[in-house]
Order: sequence, then structure tokens, then C-alpha cells
Amino acid sequence: MPPSDNRAAPAAADTDTPDTGSLIVFDQVVKRFGDLTVLDHLDFSVAPGERVTLIGPSGSGKTTILRLLMTLEKVTEGTILVGGEPFSHMRRGDRLVPASESYLRARRKTIGMVFQQFNLFPNMTVRKNLTEAPVHVLGLGKEEANARAEELLDLVGLSDKIDAHPTQLSGGQQQRVAIARALAMRPEILLLDEVTSALDPELVAGVLDVLRTVAETTDITMLCVTHEMGFARDVSNRVLMFDQGRIAEAGAPEEIFGDPKEERTKAFLRSVLDNGY
Amino acid sequence: MFWDFQWTWEVMPDLLQGLKVTVQATLLGYLIALVLGLGVAMLRRVPVLGTLVHAVMEFIRTTPLLVQLVFVFALVPSTVTALTVGIVVLGVHYSAYTAEVYRSGIEGVAKGQWEAARALSLPAYRTWGAVVLPQAIRKVIPALGNYLIAMFKDTPLLLAITVTELLAMAQRVGNDEFRIVEAYTVVGFLFLLVSIPSAFIIRRLERRYAAV
Repeated sequence: MPPSDNRAAPAAADTDTPDTGSLIVFDQVVKRFGDLTVLDHLDFSVAPGERVTLIGPSGSGKTTILRLLMTLEKVTEGTILVGGEPFSHMRRGDRLVPASESYLRARRKTIGMVFQQFNLFPNMTVRKNLTEAPVHVLGLGKEEANARAEELLDLVGLSDKIDAHPTQLSGGQQQRVAIARALAMRPEILLLDEVTSALDPELVAGVLDVLRTVAETTDITMLCVTHEMGFARDVSNRVLMFDQGRIAEAGAPEEIFGDPKEERTKAFLRSVLDNGY
Repeated sequence: MFWDFQWTWEVMPDLLQGLKVTVQATLLGYLIALVLGLGVAMLRRVPVLGTLVHAVMEFIRTTPLLVQLVFVFALVPSTVTALTVGIVVLGVHYSAYTAEVYRSGIEGVAKGQWEAARALSLPAYRTWGAVVLPQAIRKVIPALGNYLIAMFKDTPLLLAITVTELLAMAQRVGNDEFRIVEAYTVVGFLFLLVSIPSAFIIRRLERRYAAV
């Protein structure tokens, strides 16, 4: 079904968030990889400044949501709106057509992402990793970009590593640099994709502390896929429990973790806790 | 005497002149192979056009260099010198090989690097120029170096299109005096003299870059 402009904002049946003024809206989004349906007519929206945690078994579509927002994947059906404007599509006259590469590049500047595997550029110093995009995408001067890099490294507690190469850093340090790199673009939306899953257990706390600080000191909208339930409880306003490409349950962290209604949520939380998370 | 040192010494300047042409053809041809190969490897990621380019390169790679040399030399107007034809054909031929080398290097760059570049909205020229190629090329420097030596050893084929490179020069001076043994021995020796240090340098590069 082709989306049209005059249609009412999509009903977010699974959530209690009002649609008016939503920063991110998923409207009947379907994502298939071949025969596999990863997201199945998904509706949800996120208000500006909201911190949303996405939980659920692996393969339930959580990461795909972040990848769609980062335009690393394309929607199969449905529409994504960011800031009220189509994101997966662009307006041509009064129709929506699949977005072009240049349209996507302009739109995704406001979105930052931190990856499970850090994905720092190993051929660049930490400083260069942090200044590359601000200089070449935002058009910042060298000095301004440098000042911003120094300020952010201070925030993540790695000021002394500014001239190090990523390979000289521990996983936890690399991930903190990656968070700083995403923040250097001053994003409105920060996507966190299992950012502690690849880390040794003793390095997880340092990364989560940095993210807590970001959550407390900024009003960046955060979407976070994580297995760190304690962190999800502390930081998020809302938890979405995914199962088989749909939202099984949504609510405040106290509700989801304290008093889950759905059997699937209960089973998932039990298995996560049993695995020592 | 079977071996005439006097004569060998006398023709040495001619043979060195031949070597100069050989080295010149190798280096200029190599420059073409390096640049064109990179362009081809990057184009191969473009849908349709990439497949087309790949087909052309497969054709070049699977037909003999000697045939390509003779064919192109016969086609171009006589105002184009044989050496120019030789350099260009050699370079284009080897770009089919260097393109494969670059391609393997590019494919060796982790998918996460492309995704991080995309997540930062880097424009294509920065994604390629600052992120992907520096990592890809570093890994394939040794493999690219090996093609330099391979090209160097293929330059005698240019004598088929009248380029007076080292072997052609030796043939000429050797035939004049029926001193074939001396002339060709010196050719072999001169090739060795250039190849061995080059191979040594490439092995050093290999050790330096392969580990990372």
C-alpha cells in the first residue's frame, strides 16, 4: 500500500506514546531478507529526547530497526518518518518514492550509531577518527573539530589517547572512542547496537558509565539494543520487547522488568538472567 | 677464445641502452597498471557497469600479451611509436591483474568500516580515499610488487613490435658479430641484476605490511 501524505499519523497500537510530535515514526514497516520476515508490519514511534530500549531474543528484529534508521538497510514495505519527514522515502510532488542516495546522506547526518564491533577506522589516530566526519561532512574548521574531539575525549575519559591508534586501545576504550566519534556529529538521535556485547566483562561498566553520562547531560534521543537489563532499567523511559518481528510488549522499565504481562517477556527475561547478564 | 671479453665490453653501452628502454617500459607500464587497475577495481562495485568492465578485463587477462601487442601495433597509426604502444598495452594488460589484487584488498576491508563511514555520512570520496583504500592497499602492496617483477620479465615481448629493448638490442649486436652467447648471457645477467634487488625490496615490504 503506497503511503500518502494526508493520512493520519499511524496508530501505534502497541505503545502508549502519542504520535503528535514524534521524532521517529515506523508506519507498517516490513523488512524481509529473502523469505525471512524480520520486521512484520511494525508500528511504533519515539518522542524527542526519549530513551528507548529494545530487548528480545536474537533474530527478533531489534538490530534491524537501528540499521533501517541508519539507512544501512532499506525497508521492504511501509514508511519511516524522522522529524515528520519521510526517511525511507522522499517526496516527489505529492507522492513518496524510495529515497535517493543523496537524500539519505543529507537526512542521516542527524543520526549517529555505535556498533557492537566499534568499527573505528584503524588507519587513523583517535583524533582523526573524531574529526574526519565533522570536517568533511559538517564543514567544521580543523581547530573547531579538534576542540570538539578533545572535549568529547574528556567526556569519555580518554584525553590521553588522542594520538593513539585504535589497535593500541582495549575494546572498552575503543568503544568509548566510538561513542565520542558518534557524538562529534552532534546527532539528534543516537543508535546503540549491543555496544557492550563484544567486550570483556570487566570493560562493560566503563562503557555503560559513559552512556549514563550522555543520557544525563544531553537530550539526545536514544535507541538502544542491549542485553544489559540493569542499564536499560536505569537509563530508558520505555522498553520495547520484540518477538518475531513484532512488539510483544511495551512499557516503562519498571513495568517490563518488575511486572511483565506477556509470557514471552517473562520467558525472555528469565533466560537473560539465567545467562548471567 | 670461446668468450670474448673485449667484445662484450665494447657492446656493453648498447646493451645498457637496451636495458634503459626495458626499465622505462616497465616503470611507465606499471604506473598505468597501478592507476587503471585501481579504477577498474572501484568500478567493479558499480552495478551493470562493473559487470561490463569485469568482462573486458577477463578478456584481456585470458588472451596472450604478445597477441595484444601485435594486434594493437597493427591497428594504431604509424605516428604512434612502437615504445608507446608497448607501454600502453603492457600497462593495460597488467591492469587486469592489478585490478584483481586491488579487489581482493577492497573485499578484505571489514564490512563494518563501510557501515561506520555511512553512519558518519562520509561522502564517497572520503569513504574510498580516507577509509577503504588506505586499508585495502596496505594489504596488497606485496602482491602489487610481484607484478612489477612479472612485467619486467615480460618486456622482451616488445621486440615483436620493433621496440629495441634489452633483448632486441642483444639480438642486433650479437648477430652482427656472431657473438650470440656473450650477448644473451649479458642479457640474462642484466635481468638478474635488476630482478634480485627488486625481489629483495618486495620481500621486505611483504614482511612490513603483511602482519597488519
